[in-house]
Amino acid sequence: MVLRLIERTAVLLASLAVSSVLVFAFMAILPGDPARVALGVNASDEAVAELRRQFGLDRPLTTQYFEWLGGLVRGDFGTSYVSKAAIGPQIFDRFQVTLWLVVAGMVVALVVAAPAGTVMAARHRKVSGLALSAVSQLGVAVPAFLAGILLIMVFAVKLGWLPANGWTPPAQDPAMFLKQLVMPALSLGLVQGAVLTRYVRSAVLEVLREDYLRTARAKGLRPFPALWRHGVRNAAVPVVTVLGLQLATLLIGAVVVERVFVIPGLGSLLLDGVSNRDLLLVQDVVMVLVIAVLLVNFLVDLLYVALDPRLRVGSR
Amino acid sequence: MKSFRIRAVAFVASAALLALTACSAGSGTSPGSTTGASQSLAIGLVAEPASLDFTTTDGAAIPQALLGNVYETLVKLDESGKIVPSLAKSWTTSPDRKTYTFDLVDNAKFTNDKPFTAADAVFSINRVKTAWTTQLKAAMDVVQNVKALSATQLQVTLSRPSNDWLFRMTTRIGAMFSETGVSALATAPIGTGPFKFSKWNRGDSIVLQRNDGYWGSKPYFNEITLKYFKDPTALNNALLTGTINVIGTVQAPEALSQFTSNDKYQVIEGTTNGEVLLSFNNSEPIFKDIRTRQGIRQAIDHKALLDTCFAGRGKLIGSMVPPTDPWYEDLTSIDPYDLAKAKSLLQASGAAGKTLRLRLPTLPYAISCGQVVKSQLEQAGLKVQIDQLEFPAAWLTTVLKNADYDMSIIAHVEPRDLGTVFGSTKYYTKYDDPTLRQLLAAADTGNEAAQIDNMKKAARRLSEQAAADWLFLLPNLIVADKNLTGLPQNAITENFDLSRLARS
Repeated sequence: MVLRLIERTAVLLASLAVSSVLVFAFMAILPGDPARVALGVNASDEAVAELRRQFGLDRPLTTQYFEWLGGLVRGDFGTSYVSKAAIGPQIFDRFQVTLWLVVAGMVVALVVAAPAGTVMAARHRKVSGLALSAVSQLGVAVPAFLAGILLIMVFAVKLGWLPANGWTPPAQDPAMFLKQLVMPALSLGLVQGAVLTRYVRSAVLEVLREDYLRTARAKGLRPFPALWRHGVRNAAVPVVTVLGLQLATLLIGAVVVERVFVIPGLGSLLLDGVSNRDLLLVQDVVMVLVIAVLLVNFLVDLLYVALDPRLRVGSR
Repeated sequence: MKSFRIRAVAFVASAALLALTACSAGSGTSPGSTTGASQSLAIGLVAEPASLDFTTTDGAAIPQALLGNVYETLVKLDESGKIVPSLAKSWTTSPDRKTYTFDLVDNAKFTNDKPFTAADAVFSINRVKTAWTTQLKAAMDVVQNVKALSATQLQVTLSRPSNDWLFRMTTRIGAMFSETGVSALATAPIGTGPFKFSKWNRGDSIVLQRNDGYWGSKPYFNEITLKYFKDPTALNNALLTGTINVIGTVQAPEALSQFTSNDKYQVIEGTTNGEVLLSFNNSEPIFKDIRTRQGIRQAIDHKALLDTCFAGRGKLIGSMVPPTDPWYEDLTSIDPYDLAKAKSLLQASGAAGKTLRLRLPTLPYAISCGQVVKSQLEQAGLKVQIDQLEFPAAWLTTVLKNADYDMSIIAHVEPRDLGTVFGSTKYYTKYDDPTLRQLLAAADTGNEAAQIDNMKKAARRLSEQAAADWLFLLPNLIVADKNLTGLPQNAITENFDLSRLARS
C-alpha cells in the first residue's frame, strides 16, 4: 500500500517535470512575437526589440525556463506580457469558474449515466434497453458545443426560460448563477453522460454474469438489491477509470462550451492568451491544466485501492 | 437495500431541482432594466481589450471603451468629421501655422479629484514622446515645444506646419492624463470624462459609472456595461434574450434579418473608417507591371463581392478615403469591372497562368471575401493559392512584418490612414511612389484648401496607379432596443461615445 503510494507519487512528480519542459518548449517554438502583437500593426523593429528586452525574451531559453519553474514552485506565476497584471490571481479566478462547470457537468453525467447504464444492462435484450442504448449512441455523437447551441435556441431564444449566456459569481447572485449554469452544465454533462452510460452498461453486464451475483440471487435477493450489495463496487472500478479520463476531457471540453455560453473561465483565458501571444500566461494556464489532469489520474489510482481490496493485498 | 432507496430519492430530488431551476428562470431582471431612479445599459462588443493602457498596448478595443468616455482630448471630432472643442474651449493658430494656443476649460477635474490644468496637458503631450511605446506616438514627433502660459492656456509649437497633428490630437494620443494618475493605467484609468472606470471583469465585461463631478452635461445612464463576445451568434442571442441592449458592431450582417423584421429593435447603418483592402506586395516583380495591378482590379466585380461576403452592407469606395473625410470622391469609376479587359491586361503583363499567394488573416470577412476574390481572379486567368494565417500573431509576423505574401485582405480601420499605408516604402504594401509622397507632404503643411486639394489628388493617384484594390468600406452596423437614442450613425472616431445615449 505504502509502496504503491510512493510509486504513484514518483510517477506524478516525473510526469510534472517532463510536462513542464514540453510546455515551455512548445511556447518557445510557437511562431508569432509577443512584443510585436502588443505593439500592433505600425510598430518599428527598434520598439519591438526594446519590448522584447523588457519582457526578458532576449535571455537564454534555459535561464527563462528555470526562472519560470522556480516561480511556479514558489506560487509566483509571473506578470502578463499584455495586461501587465499578475497572472496567478487571474488563473485562480478563472479556475473557479471552470471548476463549477466541470463539477456540474460531471454531476449531470453521473446522474444520467448511473441509472441509464444500469437499466440498459439489466434490460439489454428488451425493447426499453435497446431504446436507451440508441439514445445514448446519439448522445455520444453530438459534440458539446452543438448541444449548447441547440439548448440556447430552445430554452433561451424560443422559450425565454433561461439566459442565453453569461456568468454571475455564486456569491453575487445565487439564483442567477444557477440559471446561467444549467445549460452549460447540461451541454457538457449530457454528452459525457452518454459516453459514460456505455461504460456503466458494459461494467454492469459483466458483473451480472458473475457467479457471486447468481449466488446472491439464489439466496433470495431481488435483482436490483443483489446488484447494489454485491455488484456496484466491482462495476465501479472500470467506471472510475473512465470518469478520471473524462474529467480531463471535461476540462478541455469546457473551453468550447465557455465560448458558446460566453463564460469567463480558464478556457477563454487560454484562447485569448494564445491570440494575444501572451505566452507566459498560456504557459501557466496549460501547466495548471496539466497539473489538474495529472492530479486527477493520481487520485483515480488511489481510488482503485479504496475500491478494490485485492490491490491492497497485491502490493505487499 | 435501504441505501439504494436513499440514492434513488436523492437522484429524483436533484433532477427535480434542476427542472425547478429551469422553470423559474427568466423571471430575473435584465441588466438593462430600470431600478428606481438609476438607469443602466449593457452594450455588446466583440473585442475585449487585453489591457486598459493604450499608451503601451495597441488595438482598437481600448480607445473604443475609454476615449471620450473616461479620457478626454483637447479637441474632438463631431459626427461629420469636423474638429470641434472639448477640453479646449477654443484655439488659435499663428500665421506661420506652427504655433497653436489653446484656451482650456477651467472647471474640469480628474476622477482622482485633481483639477485639470494646462500643466496636465503639458505632461500628457510630453509623455507621449517619453513613455508611450505604441507606434502611434510618432504623430507627436512634430511637436517641438509645449508650455503652459497660465493654468488655462496652453501653447504648442510644431517644427513645421502640420494639419495632421491637430487631427491626431482628437485620437488617443491626444488623451489628457493627470500627473498623479498614471501609476496604474493598465488596470485603473483616471480621466476627466463623463464616465469613470468602475470595474473590469476580465473575459467578460467592463463597467463604467457616471462621473457625477463631470464638468460638462452629465450622461443619462448612471451605469453602462460593455460586455464582450467572441462569438457573433452569442452576441445576437444576448440581445434577443435581453442580456444586452445594444450590439455595438454587427459581425455577421447575414444574421441581421432577425432584427430588421422585429419591431422591438432598431438597426442603424452608416459608414466607418475601415477600408477593406486587397493589398498587393508591390515589391514583388509580378506587381511591378501596372497592367497586372489594373488587371486584378478590373477582374473583381465589387458589387457581387459585397453581396456575397458581406450581405450587401457596406459601401464601394475605389480608393483609400471614407465618405466622411473632407477630400472624399467616389473613385469607383477607375478600373471598373471588365472581365475581358482584365484578361487581356493580365495576358499582356505575363501574369496570366501565374500563381499568387493570397495570405488571409483568420477574420470572418477576410476568409469569406478571400474565397470570392480567388474565384473571380481565376476566371480572369490567374491562379490563386489561399493560406490562412492566425490573426493577429501569425498574420502580423508573416505579412505585416516580413511582407512574405503576394496579396492579402485586411480592413485598415485607423482614421486618415492613406499616408500610413501607402506613404512609406517600409510598410507591408511596399508601395514606392515619390509623386504620392510629395502630394502627402504638401497636404500636411498647406492650408485647409491645399490640404483638401492635395489629398484628393493623392487618393486619385493611388487608385489610378492601382496600388491595391479597395474591396469595400466596412459599414457601421448597430442593432439596439427601439427606444434608445444617441447612437452614432457613422463610426468615424476611435471611441464609442456613451455620453449621448438615452432612452426616449
